[in-house]
This record gives sequence, structure tokens and C-alpha cells, in this order.
Amino acid sequence: MSERLVKVGSRVGLHARPASLFVQAAAAQPAVVTIGRPDGDAVDARSILGVLGLGAAHGDEVVLRAEGEGADVAVAALAELVASDLDAVQ
Amino acid sequence: MASLEHHGLGVSAGIAVGPVARLAPGPQLPAHDAPVADTAAEARRATAALEAVAADLEARAATAGGEAADVLTAQALMARDPMLASGIADRVTGGRDAPHAVDAALAEHRAALVALGGYMAERVADLDDLRTRAIAHLLGVPMPGVPDPGHPFVLVATDLAPADTATLDRDRVVAIVTERGGPTDHTAILAKSLGIPAVVACAAAAGLHDGDELLVDGGVGRIVVGPDRAQVADAQRAAQELAARRAGSHGPGRTADGHPVRLLVNIGGPADVDSAGVPGAQGVGLFRTEFLFLDRATAPTRDEQEALYREVFTAFAGRRVIVRTLDVGADKPLAYVDQPDEANPALGVRGLRLARRDPGLLTEQLLAIAAAAAGTDAEVGVMAPMVATAAEARDFAAVAREHGIDRVGVMVEVPAAALCATEILQHVDFVSLGTNDLAQYTLGADRLAGELADLLDPWQPAVLRLVAMVGEAGLAHDKPVGVCGEAASDPELALVLTGLGVSSLSMAAACLPDVRATLAAHTLEQCRALAQLALAAPSAPDARAAVHAAVRGEGAAVASG
Repeated sequence: MSERLVKVGSRVGLHARPASLFVQAAAAQPAVVTIGRPDGDAVDARSILGVLGLGAAHGDEVVLRAEGEGADVAVAALAELVASDLDAVQ
Repeated sequence: MASLEHHGLGVSAGIAVGPVARLAPGPQLPAHDAPVADTAAEARRATAALEAVAADLEARAATAGGEAADVLTAQALMARDPMLASGIADRVTGGRDAPHAVDAALAEHRAALVALGGYMAERVADLDDLRTRAIAHLLGVPMPGVPDPGHPFVLVATDLAPADTATLDRDRVVAIVTERGGPTDHTAILAKSLGIPAVVACAAAAGLHDGDELLVDGGVGRIVVGPDRAQVADAQRAAQELAARRAGSHGPGRTADGHPVRLLVNIGGPADVDSAGVPGAQGVGLFRTEFLFLDRATAPTRDEQEALYREVFTAFAGRRVIVRTLDVGADKPLAYVDQPDEANPALGVRGLRLARRDPGLLTEQLLAIAAAAAGTDAEVGVMAPMVATAAEARDFAAVAREHGIDRVGVMVEVPAAALCATEILQHVDFVSLGTNDLAQYTLGADRLAGELADLLDPWQPAVLRLVAMVGEAGLAHDKPVGVCGEAASDPELALVLTGLGVSSLSMAAACLPDVRATLAAHTLEQCRALAQLALAAPSAPDARAAVHAAVRGEGAAVASG
């Protein structure tokens, strides 16, 4: 199992456009990744409604987790995305 | 039948007359579930409907482009959401039919977003629109949305979803009237960009029916139900006159008797320079610099800033450019400035106040501006946002001059600054009124609160009285007073502001020709009389109506002086 704790880098948090970009990237990964609050339930990272429902603001910590083949790659790629400022992506 | 006049917020100028066609309502969900024989097939039916909706939204995104495309793409992702799909499948297994399962599964996500509040409000509207589309598909009823009565019409709706507005056809939709909405929402932005006259936040829209003849004046936010022939003729004449005046208006801003009013444009960065190159724009009255500072991990270097400022100054060689120093606050946090959470960001460490915490950020910016200005022919000035006291103005002016800037001003956007304009003007070369924030702080109403849009109206008597105080202070000191808020782009309000002593108006480039033409048709004396009419009015709608009536010639007393 692969797991990473990351701080949300987007200025406006994981809402709307940042969440769209994150979800699309998650759908392209070789493994199913979940995202959740450190102390809460996790949701499928490919679910925009689930990701929006986390209400993760700038600076909040989230946990990314995946199992099986490709788990490390998928978690690493998504962790980098969460930590970066997705609002700045053109 | 006598015609009925109603008011809302005019968010896109222009006059049009046409029959009402209401946005088709969403489909009615049957009271009971239909019997489901094959639950697996029923779940597939629901998924197929959502997929069809997603494909349609993507197709609209492809033709819409820009910000609307982002919104529609996110909405398509929601339609294809795996959590939504499994929530629907569970409900179908539990005995519900596809339309009810879709409705219930979306309602659950909707409630979750509502509970989050704030930023998520817009996404709730996206989900509601998704529900309507998917259910219409499943019930086999026509997709709700913009009607097609076969002739040009006035589109009337409670509110418009991005999917509806993104692809409006301006040849068919002659005007837009909505019950909800505010000056900065999707409808307003889109209507303006399409050049469709629009009135939002118009409560009377609820009572309009298909086929009602409607006159819409998006400039003043007025609608007339069942206008008589004279009203239609009057409105059309006014529209033609304006078009003719626009076509014949050139050069710098001035009243009919030659009193100069500098007409400037607002820009957000070098990318806006092209669109800001309107003939006759006498420069930039508000150059926002936030674009350089947001969305990044470290502060921009002095060289980096200098290069971008120079790009703008070079484009406006020989003309004036007023740079507003960094205007961010706790609602727009910077990764490289330590800003604790604030309960009231609008009342917190924002604008110039940020320099208390990080003075280096401001001085670096001033040095970059001074260096960029030295290499060009633009007449460069700076102004600080969110100044509240004369001492702040004095200190800012001292720092700016020390760092090589000759022309220094401050924004007047909190009532304290307007009340102390005389003292502030002793320290600076000019002031510029930000009417959006001034209304926010004067009326105590959050700029982002759409339901308070009536309070945020720049025609509010309290706001106009503060502008008058600043105008008087400017005349007494013989120093320029500008307006760089929304108010400057409203042609009739521009007359009032001129009458109150404002000497420059800065606005979106697209609005400048109307303002210039309207100004050129009135003398300074008439502007002063209009200003008195507005100041004496008991409310914003009354002020607007009184000035409008006078401008349209119904107040002959004003025209004859």
C-alpha cells in the first residue's frame, strides 16, 4: 500500500477548477487512489463530487492512498498535483 | 391597459423591445416510481442518460470557450462521477426507477455541498442543472433551456445556468431579464460580452409570462411591461441617438462646453493592453498588479515585475498610467506572506495594510515601477489601495517618493478616507474612488453577497454624498479626483460624478465610447444639476430614475439650466 499526507497548494482549495484537474488526473492513473481528511472517510479520487465534498481549503492536509500495482506511481503523481497550485495551471 | 414599469439592476447597457419567452421549466418528476423489471438494465438506463448529458455539456464547452468552458467541463465530470453512478445503482437495486434514483442520488451530493457553504454555492446550481437535464432525458421530455419560439424574444428566467448562457444566440435573444443574479455573476458577464441588454435582480420577472411585450433598458435596469407606442418610439429614438453619438464621438473626454474629464481604462495586466487601446482612451486609470503576485510560491522578483510593467508603460507611451500597488488580503492569500486566518477578511490585513506585515513587498514593487517608468514615455503614477487615514496616505506618499515615483495617489474606498479627503489630499497628488468597495463599506454589505446587490448600488445616496465630499476636497486643493469603479462605466452616473467634481473616469474599455458620447452631449452646468437631483433623491432607484428622466429631456428645467 502506498500512502501520502499532503497539504493542498491551490489558493482556493480543492474546488471547481482545481478539483476538475485533479479528478481528471486521477482517472488517468494506473491504480485507484482514494483521498480523504487525515481523520475522516476517504473518497474515490476520480469522483469530482467526492473531492468537492471534502471541502479542502488552501493549506488543509489530505491523505492519498492506493493499493496494488501502480500504487506508488499513482499516489506520487497525485500528491505532487495536490501540493502544487492548480489555479495557476493554464 | 396601462404599461407597468419595474426596476432591477442594469448589468449590460442597451435598449430592446420584444415578446417574453421564459426559460422552459424543469421536468416534473412523477409522484410514484415506475415498476422496474430488470434492475441492471434500469441502472444502465440512468448511466446512459448521464453520459448523454455529459456529452452534450462537452459539446457546449467546445463552442463556448473561456471561463464558461471550464464550468461546463466540470459539470460533465459530475455527470460521469463514479460515486454518483454507484449511488444511483444502489437506489435502483433498492427498488427505485431511474429518474427517482438520479434525483435522490444528486440530492444527497447537493446537501453535502450546501453544508459546505461559501465557494460551493455555484456548484449547487451546476448539480441542479444536471438533475434537470438527466431527468428530462430519462422521461423523454424536451430538454429544458433557452426556448425557440421562432422569432426574436426577451429571455426571462429565475436565473440562468452556465450551460444556458454560454451558447446564447444574440440574433434571437434581444434582451435578458432575470429574477435573481448580481452585477458580477455569469449572466452579467456573459450578457456584457455578447452585447445583449440585460437586467438582473428584477423581482418583477417572476410575474412575466410568455408573449408579454417587454421593453428592456439594460443601461438603467428598467423594464416596461406592455409599453405604449410612445414609450417604444422614445426608447428606440434614444438608442439611435446614442448609436449616432457614439459613432460621432472621438478624442479626449469633455462636456459639451469643453470641461475636460479624463477618460481612462482599467486593465489587469499586459494581456489587456490590446483591448484597452480604444481610440481616445487617455491612458490607464487603474492598472491592477495582483496577477503578478497570486498563484505562485515565491514573490515575483524586481526584474520580473519591471519587465511586465514596462510592457504596459511602453504600450501607453505619452499617456497616463496609474499603477495600483498590490491589493490582496486574507481572502486572496499569498503563499510567501504569513497571513493568519481572519474572521472578516474584508476588514482585515488587505491592501496597503499588508505592508505593515511585509514592507519589503511594497518597496520592491515601487522600485520596479520606478525603474520601468524611467525607460518609457508614459506618465506613470502609483496609488495605494485600502487607505483609511491621512497618516497612511502621508506614509505611503513618503515611501513612494523615496523610491523614485513622482506622482502618488491613494484609493478612496472606505468611508473614513472620503470623510478625511481634505487631509489626505494634503499629502498626495490625486485620489481615486473605488466605488464598488466604497459601497461595500458604506452600506456594510459584502460585495460577494448577490442578494444584497441593491445595497451595493453605486447610486445609493450615501455613496454619492461621500463622492461629493471628495469632489469638493479635490476642487478646494485643485487636485484630481478620479473614479475607477463600476460607477464610471454607467453613462448617466458618469454625468452625475462629473457634476460632483470628479475629473477622471476609468472603466472597462468597452464602456468608454458610451460614456464619452453621453458626456459630450451635456454641459458642466447640466452635470451639476443632475448631481443635485441624484443627491436629493431618497433612494438609489429614485436617483437613477430622476437623472434618467432629466437626461431623456423630460426634465426640461435641467436642459434649460
